[in-house]
Amino acid sequence: MNQDEIIKQGTKVYSRPRLMDDRNMHYCPGCSHGVVHKLVSEVIEELGLEDKTIGIAPVGCAVFAYHYIDVDWVEAAHGRAPAVATAVKRLDPSRMVFTYQGDGDLAAIGTAETIHAANRGENIAMIFINNGIYGMTGGQMAPTTLEGMKTATTPYGRRVDLNGYPLNITPLLAQLPGTCYVTRQSVHTAASVRKCKAAIKKAFQAALDGRGTAVIEVVSTCNSGWKMSPAKANEWMEENMFKAYPLGDLKPLE
Amino acid sequence: MTQEIIIAGFGGQGVLSMGKILAYAALMDDKEVTWMPSYGPEQRGGTANVTVILSDTSISSPVLDTYDIAVILNQQSLDKFESHVKPGGLLIYDPSGIHHRPTRTDITVVEVDAMTATIEMGNPKGYNMILLGALLQLRGMVGIDAVLRGLKKALPERHHHLIPANEAALRRGMELVK
Amino acid sequence: MNEEVRLMKGNEAIAHAAIRYGVDGYFGYPITPQSEVLETLEAEMPWETTGMVVLQAESEVSSINMVYGGASTGAAVMTSSSSPGISLMQEGISYIAAAELPALIVNVMRGGPGLGTIHPSQSDYFQATKGGGHGDYHLIVLAPATVQEMADFVGLGFDLAFKYRTPAMILADGIVGQMMEKVVLPPARPRRTPEEVAKQCPWAVTGKKGRGHRNVATSLELDSAIMEKNNERFQRTYDEIKRNEVRYKTYYTDDCDYLIVAFGSVARICLKSIEEARKQGIKIGLVRPITLWPFPYDEIAEIASHVKGILVVELNAGQMIEDVRLAVSHSLPVHHFGRMGGIVPNPLEVLNAFKQKFGL
Repeated sequence: MNQDEIIKQGTKVYSRPRLMDDRNMHYCPGCSHGVVHKLVSEVIEELGLEDKTIGIAPVGCAVFAYHYIDVDWVEAAHGRAPAVATAVKRLDPSRMVFTYQGDGDLAAIGTAETIHAANRGENIAMIFINNGIYGMTGGQMAPTTLEGMKTATTPYGRRVDLNGYPLNITPLLAQLPGTCYVTRQSVHTAASVRKCKAAIKKAFQAALDGRGTAVIEVVSTCNSGWKMSPAKANEWMEENMFKAYPLGDLKPLE
Repeated sequence: MTQEIIIAGFGGQGVLSMGKILAYAALMDDKEVTWMPSYGPEQRGGTANVTVILSDTSISSPVLDTYDIAVILNQQSLDKFESHVKPGGLLIYDPSGIHHRPTRTDITVVEVDAMTATIEMGNPKGYNMILLGALLQLRGMVGIDAVLRGLKKALPERHHHLIPANEAALRRGMELVK
Repeated sequence: MNEEVRLMKGNEAIAHAAIRYGVDGYFGYPITPQSEVLETLEAEMPWETTGMVVLQAESEVSSINMVYGGASTGAAVMTSSSSPGISLMQEGISYIAAAELPALIVNVMRGGPGLGTIHPSQSDYFQATKGGGHGDYHLIVLAPATVQEMADFVGLGFDLAFKYRTPAMILADGIVGQMMEKVVLPPARPRRTPEEVAKQCPWAVTGKKGRGHRNVATSLELDSAIMEKNNERFQRTYDEIKRNEVRYKTYYTDDCDYLIVAFGSVARICLKSIEEARKQGIKIGLVRPITLWPFPYDEIAEIASHVKGILVVELNAGQMIEDVRLAVSHSLPVHHFGRMGGIVPNPLEVLNAFKQKFGL
């Protein structure tokens, strides 16, 4: 039986979103990026924004996001996605503009751009994948790396006396009057995926409607960087990452 | 005909704006003009100077080594620029800030006590216009009418009510050197 | 009197010319001696008239990346800064060049290196003409000598940037930025409509509407074979620019025995030196390169073929002189006279230097 015949039998319950390209992703098995890409694709399709969406891709694991989601993209320099998004949105406010960044991009090299775009209340959505590590470059310390966490550049665990504290940037953004919606989600269970999708949808609609900056942090796993199986990484995230970065709305959309 | 002018003094004495008004007046008279300030922190109290060139033909260098006219408002500027006035040129200075007077004999030196005149007129902002009036009386490169039209152009609308006071200061300056 | 003749600073002329040209966006950060560009734009409020976006960014890094984002959408976008700020922008400029996007960058140079001085300089010649950022790329570099050229080169810069899909730079100095002189502003024209942008820039990232396929602005290509092809394409563009866009002006070169080569406002200082020299019977000509890249190598070589020597005058330690020497292949003496650190030589100083270098 081929695929079409299976579908004819009425057993198709799930399919790849139309806006996701039919190609192999470069993400590691178990990585959260693929799930979030899928949610972004579904939300754009469901909101009917395919023709007016512009994504701003980061430098980091998601650098090739533009290979997977079939909308227009700008590939930004490391950390500069919010600045790029600022201009793209301001030059035509009818666009839906979102950035997609990791923790190194958004909270280390691009902290200034992140905070100032949010503080200006740029009408954009920021998706922030926080997995506490630099995945692309091979597992080095990120600003969000937890205390004691071993990485390629903290081989004996992060020491706050040497490396400072894990940077909890999302609550900082929630304080800014320019943000309209700040939430922290995850995508490690079916329920959390559904909640995360609803959050992305809310954020994209808010950005489109010009309500200010909408921020969705997705606390994520990096099983390769963490050197764990995907299942173990999920467990470790629940036990450790969620303590430092508790899930929920930090600033609900009014 | 080209007139190469340096105006030099302390920041806050109206050096740059005097040059600017002269430049606008030249614009009104359809002359070519450049206005080149020494810019930066000087504008806030240090020494300031501006080179203004008026010409009937196109102007090459906005930066000069010698001048037809120097308007000097403090000792440092006199020390710096007296020797750069072309032979036969004109040096106007306000004696209130000067301890050692100009010594050149191959140029025309005119003392204009603009400070005293300013105090008498009770209009501290008219200081540079008194000097400009004196300059125009001595070298009629542009008419007072062009200066007044230039002022209108140089000043934002909300300051146009100050033009009569400026005109009075200009005329006072002209009287001083008649 | 013609109403359009105005008296203004070079920096102000850039701002007014940008609005009139129909520029879509300006993104910048204050720095002396060019802050009047942003100040004038904010005072003029073009968003109320033409719809032009004006934004004071949090840094030069952010400014140039806003320009990158804006340029990606096919918009005519620009920034301005001065030397230290332009250094901060180099990464972004490299990205813009590599993504083959049009943009205009204005550098009103001040003396460096480091924080240096706020006074005029031309010490960013190497940075502007030889790359600046990483990778094999070039900017089209225009060097204005008058306030009029400050205004005119905004339009010229954008026209060239869009024609070749490559960033252009106006490389000015503190003199021409801060001085006032007469300027006739270009006629005002409307900004392009979204339809016109889509037609002119089919590559623009504007949302897929009416297109079906996606556009991506990127400089990334991990397949080295493709990346080499990309580089070859960039180089073909640069070759075409070199063939078509060399601009320069000559003065008194018909009968000259010596030549001065200078750019920007320094060329005007030299012109006065030359006029004085001619009164003394010394026949000097002047070449003023207007495009510093592409550089007028052949044109200088041609003029140099009938002179005894060349003096290159710059506000730096000797940068453009390297290109002049390349042009004439060491076939005659090429000397340099430069002042640094924000010092501007006067015409007499230049003439004295000339006489001293050539033993006259």
